[in-house]
Amino acid sequence: MDNPQISIERIKYLKRIKRQKEKILAWQIGILVCFLLLWEILAQAGIIDSFVLSQPSRIWKTCLNMAQNDLQKHIGITVYETLAGFILGVILGTALAFVLWWSSTISKISEPYLVVLNSLPKIALGPVIIIIVGAGTQAIIFMALAISLIVTVLEMLNGFQNTDKEYIKMAQTFDATKFQIFRKIVFPYNIATLFNSLKINIGLSLVGVIAGEFLVSKAGLGYLIVYGGQVFQLDLVMTSVIILAIVAALMYEAVALLQRVVMKKYGH
Amino acid sequence: MAVLDVNRIQKKYQAENGEITALKYIDFSVEKGEFISIVGPSGCGKSTLLSIIAGLMKPTSGEIVVNGEKIEGISNRIGYMLQKDNLLEWRTIYNNVVLGIEIQNNLTSENKQRVNQLLKTYELYDFKEKYPSQLSGGMRQRVALIRTLAINPDILLLDEAFSALDYQTRLTVTNDIYQILKQERVTTLMVTHDIPEGISMADRVVILSYRPAVIKDIIPIEFGLENRTPLNCRKTPKFSEYFDCIWKELS
Repeated sequence: MDNPQISIERIKYLKRIKRQKEKILAWQIGILVCFLLLWEILAQAGIIDSFVLSQPSRIWKTCLNMAQNDLQKHIGITVYETLAGFILGVILGTALAFVLWWSSTISKISEPYLVVLNSLPKIALGPVIIIIVGAGTQAIIFMALAISLIVTVLEMLNGFQNTDKEYIKMAQTFDATKFQIFRKIVFPYNIATLFNSLKINIGLSLVGVIAGEFLVSKAGLGYLIVYGGQVFQLDLVMTSVIILAIVAALMYEAVALLQRVVMKKYGH
Repeated sequence: MAVLDVNRIQKKYQAENGEITALKYIDFSVEKGEFISIVGPSGCGKSTLLSIIAGLMKPTSGEIVVNGEKIEGISNRIGYMLQKDNLLEWRTIYNNVVLGIEIQNNLTSENKQRVNQLLKTYELYDFKEKYPSQLSGGMRQRVALIRTLAINPDILLLDEAFSALDYQTRLTVTNDIYQILKQERVTTLMVTHDIPEGISMADRVVILSYRPAVIKDIIPIEFGLENRTPLNCRKTPKFSEYFDCIWKELS
């Protein structure tokens, strides 16, 4: 940057990097286009059964059709449930991790329970959850929470416990209280850990929501998938799955964007 | 009157596989403005001694007296500087420097002024809005020192504070820091495994034995130089005499 005159080697280097990036993007788009084309052609030619596997043109038609009905409502409900489960999971998970960080005794006592709960497939608790909190949106949010909570606790606790001991010792030399150590050292030190866990959690919450919607729901993308399957409208199923993939990607990107904004402020 | 009295300190560690006596009997005192270097074989408990003086660790027996008052736990009259600068990467230089007074809820305008003055005197004021990663190793160590001095301690403890720096930087940084400490008239105890570094800065060198540690000897260092700096000391013939003397005691 010190040299205003950029050398020829530098220009070549920058060009090469740019070309490489363009090449990768072209391949990514190309593969998608080829896949869709191939799918459409094979379905048109009758080689694959478009009744079972649908086809891009039919998905597009279904999509337009649904957009005029209540697609937004279904997307909205799934997004709402996912975000609710996600935010609850992150707040509760971080709070629990804080408690376990604070007291190594509580942490040691709860360790076997956490390990078992972590490996238990939370979907198995579905019927219990429905009976306890009632069949409805709250059961779905609870399911999303159940799936993301333990992972958050373990991930955040691991981060908290692995905070650089020297930083903590430094704060102790100033006679910092345990809470000050948490607020000024341990928590800011783990902002990156928090975002890693947010990125994992947004996916996990979505898994919980879809599983919950499979079990109990009258709306949402999970509901559309189950309903489509039951009435043998595979176009509806495929369309919902694709919309779900787009929604998942967008939510992940939103978290990644938030991370970039926060890291710009805190990280260096 | 001595600023610091280390009275008959003994320290035993308890571990599952037994008991280790790290310090057997340590007893000395430090006058105001003095610079003491503590040297000893590695693992002899030098850092343990410093942690006890800092109040981070309780001695098994004995006591630490500062200005005639026995201290329990961490005292804000003692500043402690560790091997790593431990600057918080997410805080600006200024916010790093005020961390100590912030923790002690002493962020008064008077203290802020003092910090700004220290930053100006030691040529870091222009960097106060920068982040630690933008500074060189030597500058970072100076920032860490100012963070410790910001709480206005009577006694400063340096725990191998320069050993993470490369040799070149280390020589200049010890020189800089020595002058800062003399100018601010801070009483200093420095633990080091680097004998020349210990001699170059000290008024007295305390030599510890292997574990369980006792004081083997205390050697007064006197170069008779008008403008004593660590770098100047290294050039005098007396320097190698002191080195030989301490080296013999250690081996």
